[in-house]
Formats: sequence, C-alpha cells, structure tokens
Amino acid sequence: MARIGVFICHCGENIAGTVDVFKVAEAAGKFPGVVHSVEYKYMCSDPGQTMIKDAIKEKKLTGVVVAACSPRMHEPTFRRACAEAGLNPFLCEMANIREHCSWVHEKGEATTQKAIELIRIMVEKVKRNKPLYSIKVPVTKTALVLGGGIAGIQAALDIANAGHQVILVERSPSIGGHMLQLSETFPTLDCSQCILTPRMVEVAQHPKITLYTYSELESLDGFIGNFKARIRRKARGVDEKLCTGCGVCIQKCPQKKIPSEFDAGMGKRTAIYVPCPQSVPNQPVIDREHCTYYIKGKCKICEKFCERKAIRLDQQDEIIEVNVGAVVAATGFDILHSKDFPEYGYGKYPDVIDGLQFERLASASGPTLGAIKRPSDGKEPETVVFIACAGSRDDAKGIPYCSKICCMYTAKHAMLYKHKVHNGKAYVFYMDIRAGGKNYEEFVRRAIEEDGAVYLRGRVSRIYEEDGKLIVKGVDTLLGAQPVEIKADMVVLATAIVANQDAESLAQKLRVSYDPYHFLSEAHPKLRPVETNTAGIFLAGACQAPKDIPEAVAQASGAAAKVAGLFSSSELSREPVIAVVNRLPPPVFSTCTGCFLCEKACPYQAIEREEIKDRKGNVIKVVAKVNPGLCQGCGTCVALCRVKAIDLQGFTNEQVYCELMAL
Amino acid sequence: MSEFEPKIVAFVCNWCTYAGADLTGTSRIKYASNVRMIRLPCTGRIDFMLLLKAFEQGADGIIVSGCHPNDCHYTAGNFHARRRWMMFRSLLDFLGIDTRRIHFAWVSAAEGAKWAEFVNSVTDQVRKLGPNEQYQKLSQAGVE
Amino acid sequence: MKLGYFPGCSLLGSARELEESLMLVAKKAGMELTTIPDWNCCGSTAAHNLNHLLSVSLPARILALADKAGMKEVLVPCSACYNRLAMAQYELLENPDLKKEVSEIIEMDFEGTAKLLNVVEGMEKIFGEDSVLKVEKPFEHKVACYYGCLLVRPAKVLKFDRPEDPQSMDRLMKKIGADPIDWPDKVECCGAGLSVSRTDLVAKLSGKILESAVKRGAEAIIVACPMCHSNLDMRRENIEKAAGKKYSIPVLYLTEAIGLALGLSEKELGLHRHLVPVVFPIREKKAEPEKAESAEESAGAVEE
Repeated sequence: MARIGVFICHCGENIAGTVDVFKVAEAAGKFPGVVHSVEYKYMCSDPGQTMIKDAIKEKKLTGVVVAACSPRMHEPTFRRACAEAGLNPFLCEMANIREHCSWVHEKGEATTQKAIELIRIMVEKVKRNKPLYSIKVPVTKTALVLGGGIAGIQAALDIANAGHQVILVERSPSIGGHMLQLSETFPTLDCSQCILTPRMVEVAQHPKITLYTYSELESLDGFIGNFKARIRRKARGVDEKLCTGCGVCIQKCPQKKIPSEFDAGMGKRTAIYVPCPQSVPNQPVIDREHCTYYIKGKCKICEKFCERKAIRLDQQDEIIEVNVGAVVAATGFDILHSKDFPEYGYGKYPDVIDGLQFERLASASGPTLGAIKRPSDGKEPETVVFIACAGSRDDAKGIPYCSKICCMYTAKHAMLYKHKVHNGKAYVFYMDIRAGGKNYEEFVRRAIEEDGAVYLRGRVSRIYEEDGKLIVKGVDTLLGAQPVEIKADMVVLATAIVANQDAESLAQKLRVSYDPYHFLSEAHPKLRPVETNTAGIFLAGACQAPKDIPEAVAQASGAAAKVAGLFSSSELSREPVIAVVNRLPPPVFSTCTGCFLCEKACPYQAIEREEIKDRKGNVIKVVAKVNPGLCQGCGTCVALCRVKAIDLQGFTNEQVYCELMAL
Repeated sequence: MSEFEPKIVAFVCNWCTYAGADLTGTSRIKYASNVRMIRLPCTGRIDFMLLLKAFEQGADGIIVSGCHPNDCHYTAGNFHARRRWMMFRSLLDFLGIDTRRIHFAWVSAAEGAKWAEFVNSVTDQVRKLGPNEQYQKLSQAGVE
Repeated sequence: MKLGYFPGCSLLGSARELEESLMLVAKKAGMELTTIPDWNCCGSTAAHNLNHLLSVSLPARILALADKAGMKEVLVPCSACYNRLAMAQYELLENPDLKKEVSEIIEMDFEGTAKLLNVVEGMEKIFGEDSVLKVEKPFEHKVACYYGCLLVRPAKVLKFDRPEDPQSMDRLMKKIGADPIDWPDKVECCGAGLSVSRTDLVAKLSGKILESAVKRGAEAIIVACPMCHSNLDMRRENIEKAAGKKYSIPVLYLTEAIGLALGLSEKELGLHRHLVPVVFPIREKKAEPEKAESAEESAGAVEE
C-alpha cells in the first residue's frame, strides 16, 4: 500500500499569494494513498528539507510529492533530501505550482483548484514510481573548444593549465579572432595585439593543447563525458610539418588583389596567405577560390619557390574523429553588413565604413600602418561622423537588443581619430550612452571633454554624397529636435553585433537551444550562465550574447572551471531515465516480437539485438535490448512499439496513463 | 449561468515547451488556467493513445508542443511526433472527431510569451466549441 | 489575366492621366481591370485624423466589396488609397473586435482576403517577365525615380520594397531603356500632408526634391503617386517663386513613361494634361544606339 507524503511550498508570497495553500494541503491529504500533507513557507530551505526527511522516516513514506517550483529548478534538491532520508530519489516527484500556476494565473478559486489537480496528477504518478539507480559512465578527460578567439583561447588555456587535454578548433587559418583585428582596446587604450599575441603563442606551445586551425566541427555525437566529435580539417594546401613560415610563397603569389578578410576589406592579400603577420600558426593556407592554379590549372609559383617543398596543391579535406568529455562553444559573433543600411549608403559609398574597418585603419599593423586615410582617395578625413546604434535597438532592422560594446568602441574610435588627426572634427550620433563597467564612464567623458568629440543625441536619417562630401542628415534631440546636417569626409557605422551566419546550424549540431537571433542559450539566464541545456556543453564569449573582452574572458574562465569540475572525477553518474525492454519468465521471455521499429527510430543507435537461447544453445527468439550507456531517454521507441514491450523508466506507460486518469 | 470552462491537456517536451512554460512563469505572463501540462522527455515519447485517453477522461481540447524542427534535444524526436501527428489527426477526422480540439505547436525554451498566447488562443477556440460531449457519444455508439 | 481595380477620386480628377496611361498599357498587355462595383471614398482625406472608426470603415467597405466580387488581387494605383486600404486591412485583421464592429457598420462581412497591389506592383505584373509588351521606343533619359512616402511606409504594414532606398521603380525604368539616377531623395517628404494648409512649406519641400534631381542630371522625375505629381507638377509656379529660379524638368507617372516606351502617343497617354510641358533636352548622337537596341529587341521577339 502506497504511503505518499505531499509537501506544499508557499515560496514566500510567490505561491501563497495566489494559491490558497492551506486549502490545497487539506485537499491533498484526502487523496487516496496520501498519508501526510503539509505546507511550509520555503520547502527548499534547510528546515523545509528537514520536514521532508523527518516525515519520510516517521511516516514510513513510499513516495514524495513536492508541490513548489519547476522541477527544472529544484528537483535535484528534493531528490537529494529524499536520498538522505533513505528513500530512493526517484520516488520523489515535483508538482509545478509556481511557474505553471501561481505565476501565470490570477488569484482565485480556479488557480487553487488547478494547483490541487496538478498535485493529484503527480500523486498518481509517484504511486507507480519504481526505485531507480544512477548509471555510472566514464569521463573522457579531454575538452573540445570551438573557436579560437579570445574566449576560446582563455578557456583552452585555463582547462589545459588545470591539467587536462584540450583540442582547440578554429575555422580561420589563425587563432586570435576579432580581438586580433582591433587597434586598441577600451578603456585603457592598450594595444590589442600586444596583449593578445602572447596568449596565442602560449596556446600554440602548450603541451596539453592540440590546435586545429582552418578546421570546423562536422558533427558531434554522444553525451556528457563521452562525446565523439568529427572535425573537418580543410585542405590548407601546405604541409604544416615542413612549412617554416618563411613567407616566400606569399611574396611570389601573383594574385595580389584579393580583399583581405582580416583587414575587413580595407587591405589586400594574396591567394596563398596568412591573415596577418602575427598569425598563429604562422603557416599560410591556399584560398582555392582565388588561386590561379585552381582556376586555370596552372601557376604553381608557390610550389616552385618553396625551398622546403611544403606546398601540397592536391591536398584534400581530412576528417578526424576525437573523443572528448566536454565541449566549450566560443564561436563568437559577426557584425551587420552593408545590405542592411541603404539609407546610409553603406556598401555604396566607399567612405561609409563599419567599426571593424575603422579598427583596421587605426591599427599600426593595418593597411595604412595606422594612418587614418579614407578608402576612396586615401586622403586624411577632416570631419568624421560616428553613428552608434547602426542597427542595434532598431526593430525595423529586426534587432531590438543592445549590442553593448558600440558605445564604448565608438568613444574609442573618436578618441583614436582625434589623437591621430589633431585638427579633425569628430561627431558622434548616439541614442543613449551605455557605459556601465569599470572605468567605462570615465573613458567616455575623456573622449568628450579632453579629446573634444562632439556628441549629438539623435539618430541619422540619411547619408548621401554631394560635391564630394558625405552629407549626414540627423537630428539633435537635446536641442529641441533640431535637424543637423554635417558635411563629412568619412562616416563610421557602429553596426550591430549579430550571431554568426552558421550559429543556428552549430546549435543544431551541438543540440543546444538558441534565441530568436541565433545566439546560443545558456541554461539559466542568471544562475547558469555558462552551461547549456545539454549537459557537458558550455558557452564562452559572444556566441551567447554581445560581450566585451573582459566579459568574454570572465565567461571563458567560468566555462573552464565547469569543465575542470566535470573532469575532477573519472566517472559521473547519469540519470537512469532510459528505455528498457521487458523480460518475462519463460516461455514468453519478453513481449517484444522483434519487429525492430525501435532500432530504426533510435537516434542514438542504442537498440541492440539479443538472442534468447534455450539450454542447448538454439535461438528461440531475437528481441530488442537497450544499451544503457547510449540511451538518452527520449522515449521515441516507446511511442513506436506496437506491443508496448519497451518502456521508459521514469515516464512509463503506467505512470503517464495514471497521470491522465487523475485529470 | 457561468460560462463553460474547457479542460485542456497539454503534452509537452521537457526541453523546449516545458522550459518555455517555465519562462512564461518567470516572466509573469498571465494566461488561461484551463491547461494541465503532462511533462514528457520528448514529443517523440507521445504515444497518441495517450491523447485518446485524455479525451476519454473528459479533456475538451489537447495541445501537443515541443521543440522547433531541427532543435530537438534528441535530434529527431519531434519529427517522429510530427509524422505521427499528421496520421493521428487525419484518423480523428475520419472518425468524426472535431480536429479543432487538437492543436500542435513548436514552442522553444525562449518563447515564454508565445506559449501564453498559444494556450489562450486554444482555450478560446475550445471554449467556443463547447464541452466535448461528442467523444463520449462516439465511444458509446461504438460500444452499442 | 484579370485584376480588380480601385480608381479612387484622384484618378477621375487631378490624376486622370494616370488612369488613362495605366488603362492603355494594361489593355496593350491584355490585362483586364475590373472596377470594384459601387466603390466609395477610401478615407485618405481628413478622416483618418478625425474619426478613426470612419477611416477604417470606409476602406473596409471597399475591401468587402472586392471580396464579394471574388477579386483575389486589387490594383490601387493611387498611393494614398493604397496606403489607406492596406492600413485598414492590416488593422482589421490584427484586431478581431474592431473587425466585428466595422462589419456591423458596413453591414457586410469583412474578410480582407484580397491582396492589394500598388501601381508599381501592378506594372511589375503587367510588364513583368512573361509580358507580351515590348519596348519600341526606348525611353533613353536620365530619370529620378521618386517614390514618396505612401508607397513604402509604414514598412511593417506594406512590406513593399526597401523602405529607405526602394528599387522597384528603378528596375522598371531600366527595362524601358531609362537610366535611373542614384539619389538620396527617393522617399523624402513632398509636403502633401500640408498641401492645403501650408502651401509655403510644400513649395519648400517639393523644391528641395526638384533641386536634388536636377543637380544630379535627371531629365525627368518619375512618380507613382498623384499627391507627389500634383506637388511637383501643379505647384511648380509656387516652387519656382520660393526658390527664386526656374525648373523645366517634367514629372511623369511611371505608367506614362512605360507607355511612351511602348510606342503609345503623348496624347493618348494624357501628357498634355501636365502643367509642366513634357519636353526633354535635345541630345546629340543617339540615333545609332537606339536602332541597334530596337533591332536587338525585335530579334529577341522573333526568337520567342
């Protein structure tokens, strides 16, 4: 006979404010099988948990229902409490009367009634719960870090320094990411490359880090502790073992006019190239789209001049397979591109550029060696207009969110420009100045007060060319919505930060959720900012949301700490929510008829075939069997099984039907 | 006479819609209290016999909701569910059950507002349809 | 092919030449335009400022009549009518309570299923990829396509072209051999909202548009909206007075320009109705390429 205990939480006013918890406790006490029903202010608190533990012992409970918040929040807490009192943790269930009841309905009879019914449903379920035991799985103590920007670099170094193996995969030919493109960084104006390149070298030389640049994740299978990743190593066209990075091939390459991705199109590169002189690894790749050999079938100049004979024109992409225990996604961001700003003529007028392009102009290693020269004619611009929020916080562009870093880097840009062109005029159009951060506000004030950047609060409606000038039409809302017209020589748009183009497909490969803008979603917006909903996969940097460098680094270290925590023991226990095929005494053995529909449906190849033999070894029957290491517990096989021979522990047919019967 | 309040049963997956409904709660978005959620690991787990059971137990409307296509936590469970759903729906239609009583949706963990909207719209629709006496009648007819 | 058609008041009055040219081109293309029976005012007068319910009910009746007549697509050449109808349709479909109320007022069920086409979309249909029309006299002029505000805004409702830098009319003009200039004033305000109360401002705003087009070498301004046309053409004298200089640049409806290119006569197309004479600056050396191009055109036609 079941002896169920029901524990109703007030959650302060969160539940008790709308639900009559006393009435609920009274009603629950009358459900068949319920021998104990109480309410308390905070069930998750220590005294609350003690109440549960004491009741289990005193009333000899065979099942517990905690009616409180979402099981996604506190199920582990209460199951642990039950376990401590000697009750199998899987005999504890939660009725969600907060997120699904008190928070979403008005105070009243109907809401209280709903809470009662939610509890009745769970009571009926828990009566059918069976004790389950965690599954132990080994952990592969190697981490896969996707993305070699500052976040990926930081995560890789932290994990490696904790003593674990790291595989760092970077899509482009060099690590460094967007940070390597920056000229100087706010709020200190220290040179970006000067602080980043030592880290890049450290990654390359670290004995525990394996670096795969010019590579991408092809697929990821498995589960926490036991992932199998396939990595595509794109054909570099260069033998990495032989190449010394002397650069002769680059000097000799006849294709010299390809817009450089690294210079954001402001400079040119060759077909065999390294993104920049500080590249790590400092070994070139051949861009087959532009290489004369691949277009016309002849050239091979690089091959001829390479003394080390390292050029491999016939190299093919290679797929390698690695086993890893955890994954850190640090794939970064992109910025909004020219097609989105017809009103600003971005993409039409060469002197309307974006923030990254300005970074390259201002960078000492950039195409102009740090001189501010406008792209159209190479002249030094006398008036530059900076437009913050180009796309950000603009529903018309489909981007309601704030890109977060633009206020700061626009102030930095205005400053850099004024430092290089002393008598130049810098105007900044802005919506609000968001400078929350250590020394950030002071930095913006410096741009305005010391460097004399003219800040105009208002938006720009249009930019057009007239008599060789860019006419910027905007408004100054602080001067009573006064229209402003500035004749500029160059315009810099702080275009919005967006997710990478393939962020969605990456999320699908990793099976993590993502928001409507394709930023990857954290498991909890406040309390689990570096985890994803998929165990063993963590986030770092701007792939999760727009972030500046300090934040990206902090999150990367956080993710690394999570990985190190996961790797601290050699096995971890997994929830036993898996499918099982029934086994019965002879002569039936199992109701499974061996149709193996489940085998086809299983996304994890967890269904095996088992031969049931008699004593002489003759096969009587072939039935399905679930590999508990591979099964993830989705239950697709259960719904498909014609004879209901397969069932999902924790969500059995009996349990779910009884939930429905309690409606 | 008080207005008829329908009973709606929602079969939701743990990873997307259940979490989405949690977000509705966290965001304090109000919606109709008629819905009772049955949490399952994945929409792929939903045996459509469960839906018939719900009707038999007096549900006036049914919601099935899971992850968006390609976003399934288990890779493909929602595709299985979608296929079965198409079949099941036409079967119900064939049997003469009003298919306006069953609704399918993709609600992700980030779509708290969408969940509230969806529940409200289904509740409104089913409220207009009135109590689901038809199912009981049909099953009685079967018995005779 | 068939399209529903809503003329509105302008096309029977100040913008007669828009209707004349549109009808001619449509006829030549074999497109049948069926006028919505018993149509009424679209409400783009003062109604939408003074009485919201009236401003929705007037277009609702038109749309309901179109539905009743079984029209799947309705061509609304006047931009003001198009905008008003589209706004009302959007509002009514978004707001079921309002829809109910309005249905009672107009004593008809409002469904709002008919798709509305503005004049540019209409011409894209009539003079589209598979059109039988062929260019006989290429309209070889530098033109400034002026879209005005009503055709593209609010973008959320109309969902037509890029609201800040539309391209559709430019594409049509290229098709008839014209050279559309790139200019920043495609959707600038002509002042139509103030055309009764503050004609001085209209002169100033419209003058800016003329000046910008002329400065960039345009030989004609191509418009799609009767309001734009009346401000740039009819009020030319006011503009000139305000600017202190003369402007001879003609303002043509896109249907007129296309009609000319199709070989229709100026008279038929109603060009004589303009207050600013439709005269283009005489250019030298152009006979040769024109021939070559028309030869190509006819060769293409034979192949088909």
